[in-house]
Amino acid sequence: MSCDQCHEREAVIHLTQIVNEQVTTLHLCERCAAEKGVESPGGVAKTPLGSFLAAMGKGLPEPEPVARAGENCPRCGASLQDFRESGRLGCAECYRAFEVPLRDLLRRLHGSTHHVGERYAERDGAPAEVRVTPADLREQLRLAVETENFELAAELRDRLRVLE
Amino acid sequence: MIDLSLLTDGGVGWLDASGPSSHLVLSTRIRLARNLAGRVFQGRNSETEREDILTTVERAARESVLLRNATKFRLDRLERTDRQLLHERHLVSKELAGLDNDGRVRSGATVLVQDRIGVMLNEEDHLRIQGMHSGFALEAAYAEVDRLDSELGQRLAFAFHPEFGYLTSCPTNVGTGLRASVLIHLPGLVLTKEISKVLQGLAQVGLTFRGLYGEGSEVVGNFFQLSNQTTLGSSEHELLDHLGKMVRQVMDYEEQARQVLLRDAPAIIEDKVWRAYGLLRYARSLSFEEAMNLLSGVRLGVGVGLIPDVGMYTLNKLLVYTQPAHLAVAEGVAPTETDLPIRRARFVRKVLESEVGRRG
Repeated sequence: MSCDQCHEREAVIHLTQIVNEQVTTLHLCERCAAEKGVESPGGVAKTPLGSFLAAMGKGLPEPEPVARAGENCPRCGASLQDFRESGRLGCAECYRAFEVPLRDLLRRLHGSTHHVGERYAERDGAPAEVRVTPADLREQLRLAVETENFELAAELRDRLRVLE
Repeated sequence: MIDLSLLTDGGVGWLDASGPSSHLVLSTRIRLARNLAGRVFQGRNSETEREDILTTVERAARESVLLRNATKFRLDRLERTDRQLLHERHLVSKELAGLDNDGRVRSGATVLVQDRIGVMLNEEDHLRIQGMHSGFALEAAYAEVDRLDSELGQRLAFAFHPEFGYLTSCPTNVGTGLRASVLIHLPGLVLTKEISKVLQGLAQVGLTFRGLYGEGSEVVGNFFQLSNQTTLGSSEHELLDHLGKMVRQVMDYEEQARQVLLRDAPAIIEDKVWRAYGLLRYARSLSFEEAMNLLSGVRLGVGVGLIPDVGMYTLNKLLVYTQPAHLAVAEGVAPTETDLPIRRARFVRKVLESEVGRRG
């Protein structure tokens, strides 16, 4: 099958989009896909920061939901825009404030969002760590559904079930 | 001028070529990124907060076994040459030493070093716990760093998330916060032009490579730093196992490439390594890059048994001691001096003469 865009190269990426309840499938070659900002599934995070900063928000429909979700981090005042520019988060709380886009990003970067290594044993009376409450999850779930990120929504629903 | 003799082995014990597979692997480095809970990350914190982090962590370090007698260097109070010296010894990152593009040292930038381990403070993360071992020694290096992590973790509250693990300023380090790097010499693969294939293969299995001096540094003298790319979703030991397996495979490829070179072009290889030796031994001016490449040639010659009587330790030392700040300190001049190549050549001749004897 040849590419729908250039009609020259072999199509290797098949992109299904739902726009106004209309299902369309685009068949693209690697180069045209890259130009359109679509990543091939094999090309996960070769240059971590460069590609992920470019990729943040990619695959999320416009208008960017993060703009709504991510006012500023309540702890340090950093915005998602600050993160996009510097590649650095402002504080531990940012991981909660920007959880939706970050979760997506972590999956791209590491292929996972779940730490399975050593666990830090908190001391008695140590400052409280970032804790996710059911209310947080419900808010994230609402956003995920609103932005049609169904994979994330399913994951959030599962986590919510465990918490509740 | 700082006194590096305060450090055991001057902080370069990892150069002594005593570790496993030292003919191919110079060193193994492990670092763990940690942040203190309840404090904003580097980049958004103030000078006062950084001082506070320094005081808090140093207190915990002095109570620990592994850093009780640590030597402390405050990078923000050192001259550029001294900072560069610490960087050339792989004791601090370029960022901590204020040697990257913006050239500024962050206030509170500090390193505590004791034997093979240490901790950088106020780097990209509040703490960067690190350890260097000679040769290919991932588990041994990790075990030591892990012990220090536990010791510090008992006294400090680290930022930890039940799902994401250890939280870091950059999401590329989140989870374990672990970066393991193996500094390996691969002239055989470069000469047989197999190297790009090997490096591509490594990228496909989630590993990455850098130059001699880590992030942002170029590959010189055929030295590659191979390390894990991801830090989340696998345990520390899985990450180390995976890197270890791949490094062993790369070592096999390198050995094979060397055999091919010796089988198909013995005269050319012999000439090449001896020329490198001859130039190092007698040249009157050597640029840094030339010195690195010649050292690579001699190292190959020693590795395949063509050049006897030159120790890997000598070659490793030359690798570090011929760098600008080290030469400047040895010669008592500024590292920017235009006659540095002349001084470098003289230094190399002197070392080879005294450590290799009169043959060659």
